[in-house]
Amino acid sequence: MRLSPKVVFRLAPWLLTVFLLVCWEAICQGFEIKPFLFPAPSLVFKTGVEMFDPIMTHAIHTFLTTLAGFAIAVLVGAIMGALLGSSPIIYKALYPMLVGFNSVPKVAFVPVLVVWFGIGSIPAIITAFLISFFPVVVNVATGLATLEPELEDVLRSLGASRFDILCKVGLPRSMPYFFASLKVAVTLAFVGSVISETVASNLGIGYLMMSASSTMNMPLVFAGLMVIGAMGVVMYELFALLEHRLTRWANRSQNAAF
Amino acid sequence: MSFVEFENVSLSYSEGGQRAIEGISLQVAEGEFVAVVGPSGCGKSTLMKLISGLKPPSEGYVYVNGRQVGGPLGIVGMAFQAPNLLPWRTTLDNVMLPLEIVEPWRSERGARRKEFEEMARAQLARVGLAGFEDKFPWELSGGMQQRASICRALIHKPRLLMLDEPFGALDAFTREELWCMLRDLWQQQPFTVILVTHDLREAVFLADTVYVMSKRPGRILIRREIDLPRPRDLEVTYTDAFASHVHVLRESIGRVREN
Repeated sequence: MRLSPKVVFRLAPWLLTVFLLVCWEAICQGFEIKPFLFPAPSLVFKTGVEMFDPIMTHAIHTFLTTLAGFAIAVLVGAIMGALLGSSPIIYKALYPMLVGFNSVPKVAFVPVLVVWFGIGSIPAIITAFLISFFPVVVNVATGLATLEPELEDVLRSLGASRFDILCKVGLPRSMPYFFASLKVAVTLAFVGSVISETVASNLGIGYLMMSASSTMNMPLVFAGLMVIGAMGVVMYELFALLEHRLTRWANRSQNAAF
Repeated sequence: MSFVEFENVSLSYSEGGQRAIEGISLQVAEGEFVAVVGPSGCGKSTLMKLISGLKPPSEGYVYVNGRQVGGPLGIVGMAFQAPNLLPWRTTLDNVMLPLEIVEPWRSERGARRKEFEEMARAQLARVGLAGFEDKFPWELSGGMQQRASICRALIHKPRLLMLDEPFGALDAFTREELWCMLRDLWQQQPFTVILVTHDLREAVFLADTVYVMSKRPGRILIRREIDLPRPRDLEVTYTDAFASHVHVLRESIGRVREN
């Protein structure tokens, strides 16, 4: 039986995932690697099922924390991006600071947040926000700043105000950049919230993994990693779908997977 | 006073820098079709910026419609070499864009939405784009996009249409088709046209008056009236009279390039 190219295209990510899991299982079994060093996927899965309820509790907490941080990042990022992209002077003034800020590892900032806000969800939300707003700012600003000068001339010669140009052309034009950044930002938001949870929380997947690793419960750590990964992929795909739906005009390639 | 008047106009983009154009004086009558030709970088596009009020002159005065140009005027429509249609809007919505900006259309848009839409449809039909109103720009060929772009430049009934090498990116056949389209539009509904182009045949075929500009800093070298009878058919491009106009212009450009 031959599969049509279309089916192969659809199945490709699943096939690769299964293939890697099989390799992983084979390596663990073949070399008899100790589970507390590197557990086989079957064991990870078994642990996941056994510990389903606590994992879900922590996962939902992480998920909500991430979404809260991400939502703030989208809002702040879009507004800052619009400011930066529409005013060269603001761009010039603010950009170096933003880059500098983005270069600071956010994990180094978590202790400061703990001092300010205590242990718990708030530092996690803020970390998720801090780590994920930068790509949104950069993309929205880029989308606005790369406006074709001729297009601007057409509108300006008609007497359009800067605000008109922003609404009629700048913002719609930067939407593909904006949605592309959301995909990246949401995965980064997971990084932020989990980092903060591992350092300063008693709830969330990050905390779960931290406490599991302190008792050498490696299968549970890996189960936690898998859950974070899965949540990241689901959210990424969700935003990819949204991007595809809302900015269809920018994705016209026949072969574009999304 | 003429409809468009340049009085000894110069412009340098930076303070004290080299001038893009120098000492330009010209008059364009209302309803006249003017073409400006010259080598690349001779400041042809600068002329357009001055007339549309996007740039103030460094020296001299620019008058449009009897008043000194102080900023963008709603009575001007523009189209460029790239059609610059907005990819997220349908052809119809693209054409209607100026009506969302220029007064008095802008404030009447809510009440007269239907009427405006009919106007845009009629304009599109006039350039042979009937049936393409709901297509997106990327679904149109290059020539069709340029037709739509010219519709957009004309929808708010500007008294002055400015075209910056509008047919430069098209193949020869499409280009000639669009010459005829522009000729017909201009003859149906009179407006003043200033066409900037590299193509001498295009200039001679379409214009009443052709100006040749020198290399940077751009100056006007010759003004030549094209007395070919109207309406002109593409056949006219094969006549001796046509060829001699093109020849004279070509020679003057040749001199520009040598010096």
